[in-house]
Amino acid sequence: MSNLSFVRTEMLPEREPPLTEVGVIGWMRENLFSGWFNSILTVLSVLFIYYVLSGILPWLISPTWNAGSLRECREILVAVGSVGEHGASGACWGVIRERWIQLFFGFYPSQFYWRPIMAFVLLAVALAPVLFADKVPTRLLYFSAVYPFLFPWLLWGGSIWGPLGAAAGFVIGYFVYKSVEVRVNSLAGIIAGAVTALIWWLVLFSPITSWLANLIPLGLEGVRSRDFGGMMLSLTIGVVAIGMSLPLGIVLALGRKSDLLIVKSLCVGFIEFIRGVPLITLLFVASTLLNIFMPPGTNFDIILRVIIMATLFASAYMAEVIRGGLAALPKGQYEGADSLGLNYWQAQRLIIMPQALKISIPGIVSTFIGLFKDTTLVSIIGLLDPLGLSNAIRADSNWNGIVWELYGFIALMFFVFCFGMSRYSMYLERKLQTGH
Amino acid sequence: MSPARVDKQEEVKMKKSVILGALSVAGLSAGAAAAATLDDVKARGQLNCGVSTGLSGFSAPDADGEWQGFDVAVCRAVAAAVLDDPMAVEFVPTTGKTRFTALASGEVDMLARNTTWTLSRDVDLKFEFTGVNYYDGQGFMVPKSLGVSSAKELSGATVCIQTGTTTELNLADYFRKNDMDYEPVPIETNAEAQQQYLAGACDVYTTDASGLAATRASFENAGDHVILPEIISKEPLGPLVRHGDNEWGDVVRWTLNALIAAEEMGINSDNLAEMAEGTENPEVNRLLGTEGNLGEMLGLDSDWAQRAIMAGGNYGELFEKHIGEQTPIGLARGLNAQWTDGGLLYAPPFR
Repeated sequence: MSNLSFVRTEMLPEREPPLTEVGVIGWMRENLFSGWFNSILTVLSVLFIYYVLSGILPWLISPTWNAGSLRECREILVAVGSVGEHGASGACWGVIRERWIQLFFGFYPSQFYWRPIMAFVLLAVALAPVLFADKVPTRLLYFSAVYPFLFPWLLWGGSIWGPLGAAAGFVIGYFVYKSVEVRVNSLAGIIAGAVTALIWWLVLFSPITSWLANLIPLGLEGVRSRDFGGMMLSLTIGVVAIGMSLPLGIVLALGRKSDLLIVKSLCVGFIEFIRGVPLITLLFVASTLLNIFMPPGTNFDIILRVIIMATLFASAYMAEVIRGGLAALPKGQYEGADSLGLNYWQAQRLIIMPQALKISIPGIVSTFIGLFKDTTLVSIIGLLDPLGLSNAIRADSNWNGIVWELYGFIALMFFVFCFGMSRYSMYLERKLQTGH
Repeated sequence: MSPARVDKQEEVKMKKSVILGALSVAGLSAGAAAAATLDDVKARGQLNCGVSTGLSGFSAPDADGEWQGFDVAVCRAVAAAVLDDPMAVEFVPTTGKTRFTALASGEVDMLARNTTWTLSRDVDLKFEFTGVNYYDGQGFMVPKSLGVSSAKELSGATVCIQTGTTTELNLADYFRKNDMDYEPVPIETNAEAQQQYLAGACDVYTTDASGLAATRASFENAGDHVILPEIISKEPLGPLVRHGDNEWGDVVRWTLNALIAAEEMGINSDNLAEMAEGTENPEVNRLLGTEGNLGEMLGLDSDWAQRAIMAGGNYGELFEKHIGEQTPIGLARGLNAQWTDGGLLYAPPFR
């Protein structure tokens, strides 16, 4: 045997992968130019995007931020030579600079801007233990329970005893329920608790709170509903209606699937009636018909009326979305719950609802998004939401004729919120994924 | 949206909604039962005034959220006369659809919202028009390049027109009467109309003359467009109150008349203080309360008219400030001049 054989004893140094397989070029080969057909599509898409952007970007990038009127915008644009075939071309951002605060807060008194800001910041805090249950201490849930009473007080102001008294109704009802439940049974407890709470709210509430308010006058300066406007109005209506419509929707969905005839027919009737009527009709009922039916001089807050109508409307849709989730559950889940000896509410809470709600997440979130966008309909009954304000701003002779800038800005505001909701629902679906 | 345009849309829709109409009549009678608006306003310390949600020159919130405009000024004058504070007004923005129920149900004490005075509104809807603060009418705007100088030459034109309005009917009547034909381009709002017209989708844009002026003022090259001299409809716009509360109606009516009469008598915000010392002219003295007891008759004090005029000036000053020739809207007095100058403004005597 000779010693001619060669055995490499050391490793070769690692070499760079070919340029065409990694990095930007590799990615582009993989994703954009993986064949002649895809290459053509890529080139065409790039050309299309260029075409669109070359039209929009020069319009968007416009040095008109400091202009005080449409006329000034045009003078500035002509001065920098940005002139198209129909005269000066470019956006007039002066209107956004002058009016963006108004588009956010409407006519809310400017010294109190901290109140809505704080209300919505605290909203995030209150939502955190609900939305991100695994990342936030559970104790924050107590704050979430208090928040529904804090929110209206911050926005509308008034005596602190109003929200405290409203919350007291729940506390009283709960204690009555507990004490009756121990002695009789849970149904009697629920009825007794609800009746006491109602008596508190309807009879005792106003004399006691006004007495307390006189005794210890604590509170924030009141702000009238007419001063609400802009994005704040949309958010207020949207947040309250979204928050209330989910529990209401669950109750309605369960009612519709119930075996109790009266409960079932009431729920079916409600859902079908509300779904059969356009939201705008309900808003007109809220703004005009209710006014006529109530005795003259009654002051039933217009925003409250609108919120109630929006909530009813959304809860009917929510009920059907959740019923879809319930229907998708295999019968075995119900039977499994029964075989464990769980009663109806335990089964709903521990077995049925967690699964049904998980299935319904995309439907629930799109109902939320739809409801939030529907809040712009209130401009038709004379409330100045962002769209209503855009019309009012155009009525200022400085800004008459401005269309795209205002609508674009409003669309951007809405997009931020709707996109946020949609991303959250995707996160939630991934987190709750159990099908692997 | 331009003034009478909204009114007319409302009118057409109203005829369709029989039920709503019947209900509003029921509500109106309920409202009429609770009269004494003047006392309510005094007790409340605030006037609730229904205005448009936004109409160039007539009512619009400025950047600070203060309402400004020619209609708004009427509300302020009434508040000044009754409450001694022109800022004691809560402005309730109303749309063409909600305004009448807002007034009928008592949500507002008066409407100053470019509402055309018509028989059916006055009689059937049970409102009371307390005068006219602006005489409007439907007109035409065309590009100068079209080379048209009269509406009579518009045969065969394409016309931008808001749908479902009586403007549409006025237009049809006018063209038929003059044996001409036209092609309508239906549009929904005034903002859309501006865009369509500028893009050349139609040769002519027709709406109320004040709306046309405001629209034209917003164009980059306003000089390239002309408003034709023909006015083809009557749109007397004025404040209104509920039927059946004549004391309150009188207050609003005579506040408006005081503004008009002040201009006629040469009283303005500059010389008001001087005039209020007492003058040689007995009618001026009666108006300003240095003679007679006109204020007392209205249930107000003797200085009521002084305060109304102080709020923003006399009728002419308000006109110049909000919609006159010095403003971007640039309306000429025209029909809205004093009767002594060949217009229609004619305040009854203060006696």
